[in-house]
Amino acid sequence: MSFSNFSPILANEQLTTDVFRLTVHAPEIAAAAAPGQFVMVRAADSLDPLLRRPFSIHSRGADGSLSLLFKVVGRGTALLAKAKPGDVLDLLGPFGKGFDLSASEKKPICLIGGGMGIAPLLFLAQELPGRKYALLGARCRDELTPLAKKIAELGCAVQLATDDGSLGHHGFIPDLLDEILPQISRVCTCGPSPMMRSVAGKCRAAGVLCQVSLETHMACGIGACLGCVLPGADGRQAHVCTDGPVFNAEELSWQL
Amino acid sequence: MAAVRPDLRVKIGLLELQNPVLTASGTFGYAKEFEPFLNLNRLGGIIVKGISLEPRAGNPPPRIVETACGMLNAIGLENVGVDRFISEKMPYLRTLAAPLIVNILGDSLDDYRELARRLDEVLGISGIEVNISCPNVKKGGVAFGAVPEMAAAVTAAVRGATKLPVIVKLSPNVSDITVMAKAVEAAGADAISLINTLIGMAINAETRKPRLANIIGGLSGPAVKPIALRMVWQAAQAVSIPVIGIGGIGTAEDAVEFLLAGASAVQVGTANFYDPSAAEKIIAGLEDYLQRHGEERISNLIGALDTGGK
Repeated sequence: MSFSNFSPILANEQLTTDVFRLTVHAPEIAAAAAPGQFVMVRAADSLDPLLRRPFSIHSRGADGSLSLLFKVVGRGTALLAKAKPGDVLDLLGPFGKGFDLSASEKKPICLIGGGMGIAPLLFLAQELPGRKYALLGARCRDELTPLAKKIAELGCAVQLATDDGSLGHHGFIPDLLDEILPQISRVCTCGPSPMMRSVAGKCRAAGVLCQVSLETHMACGIGACLGCVLPGADGRQAHVCTDGPVFNAEELSWQL
Repeated sequence: MAAVRPDLRVKIGLLELQNPVLTASGTFGYAKEFEPFLNLNRLGGIIVKGISLEPRAGNPPPRIVETACGMLNAIGLENVGVDRFISEKMPYLRTLAAPLIVNILGDSLDDYRELARRLDEVLGISGIEVNISCPNVKKGGVAFGAVPEMAAAVTAAVRGATKLPVIVKLSPNVSDITVMAKAVEAAGADAISLINTLIGMAINAETRKPRLANIIGGLSGPAVKPIALRMVWQAAQAVSIPVIGIGGIGTAEDAVEFLLAGASAVQVGTANFYDPSAAEKIIAGLEDYLQRHGEERISNLIGALDTGGK
């Protein structure tokens, strides 16, 4: 079930110069949401920018709150960065197919996130029972620290990597995967395409299931505009909003 | 005592609508997608995603890009094809009270004729809207809607294959919209709807690449409204069949402007994307407008533009 809500903003925390965590009171959407699903946000009550922006759900609070994590990359996110507690956010959701939580494997699951791709993994870590690994990467220490802290608090065994070496492994997250692949049953990943492509390739070679969460531009989020396609493995176009945003890596053509 | 509710009913030829607000093809899926966000039975009519004889995969991504007060799309007419439309989509659509109009598209006159014939046999369809903005494959890919003779030929082919009301959706990418409007009227159209999208383009200056994989695409949204209003006004004066206005309609005020320009009904398009309950809000807003202006019926607004005699 999906809902249309004008949701009061509870907090808009600036985590770095350009990364924000926006928390709203949206009890209906929060109650219906599953990790990996997304909401469509109207950034301004005007005709420019016109379209809603999709954001994965970053976390859910017991009090009916939802958090979104975003980086300022354009006009929509620049407007959202200015949102203040007490303002109202025009929200639709939750939408899409989230991570598959049904399997009850003996071995732990590994969450792999890069940059803003870490966003849906906090919600996933909240909802996933049992032992979990998390491999998290970002450009630098300042961006990674606040995100990694929350996930570590949920009992994940966290390893970090930064592009500039300011925190954890100096290099890319997939470098860290080889060592733990034999110990895990499944990977859930979200981040830049090259990272996810590399992770999916390693998982395929090791026979480990890999679920990837994708991001594209979309106008509606509900399967009407047909704007958000990506090439599927079967030669057809996969609709990110309704077939995804979480896919089994094998469903996709990794030319992404 | 509460004020008498104004009469929102309009007629499109033989088609009677409970109000003049329809949803535009390609912006409303197959209607079910919008069920959580509005009462589908309140709509004046539903026009579903354009259907071709065979399923179409559509264009590669990126297919859409936001522009100032609008968006460009190059979806490539992705659709499930007429067989799956009838078997998978019609059972649900048939349960809705709002009249269902099916938009059709093809590569040849035979395609259009066959589509009209197939849909004529299907229970629960109130009309056919003909998308003539597609390329005519047998005539070197020139859009049917760009040449009056070809637009007339498509209209006549569909007209001859169905008893359903035929609405021809005009392309704005022509030098004189009145020529096209008259051509399809003479060929037997029961109504015309306009405008389809304006061909446009967006470029990424940083990468020096087009923002759409298809390079060019159709512009829609509030940015096109002044052009749409002008074309509806011109077309409404040129023909005696009903005109359905389309182009950047997001509020009741927008809808009223199109009615004043001569439209008998309107279609809500891009607004469905940013506000999936827009069409129902517009219907409520039209009631408010009529009450505020002391008008008993909405049909009084059609063509009521006061140009001061010009």
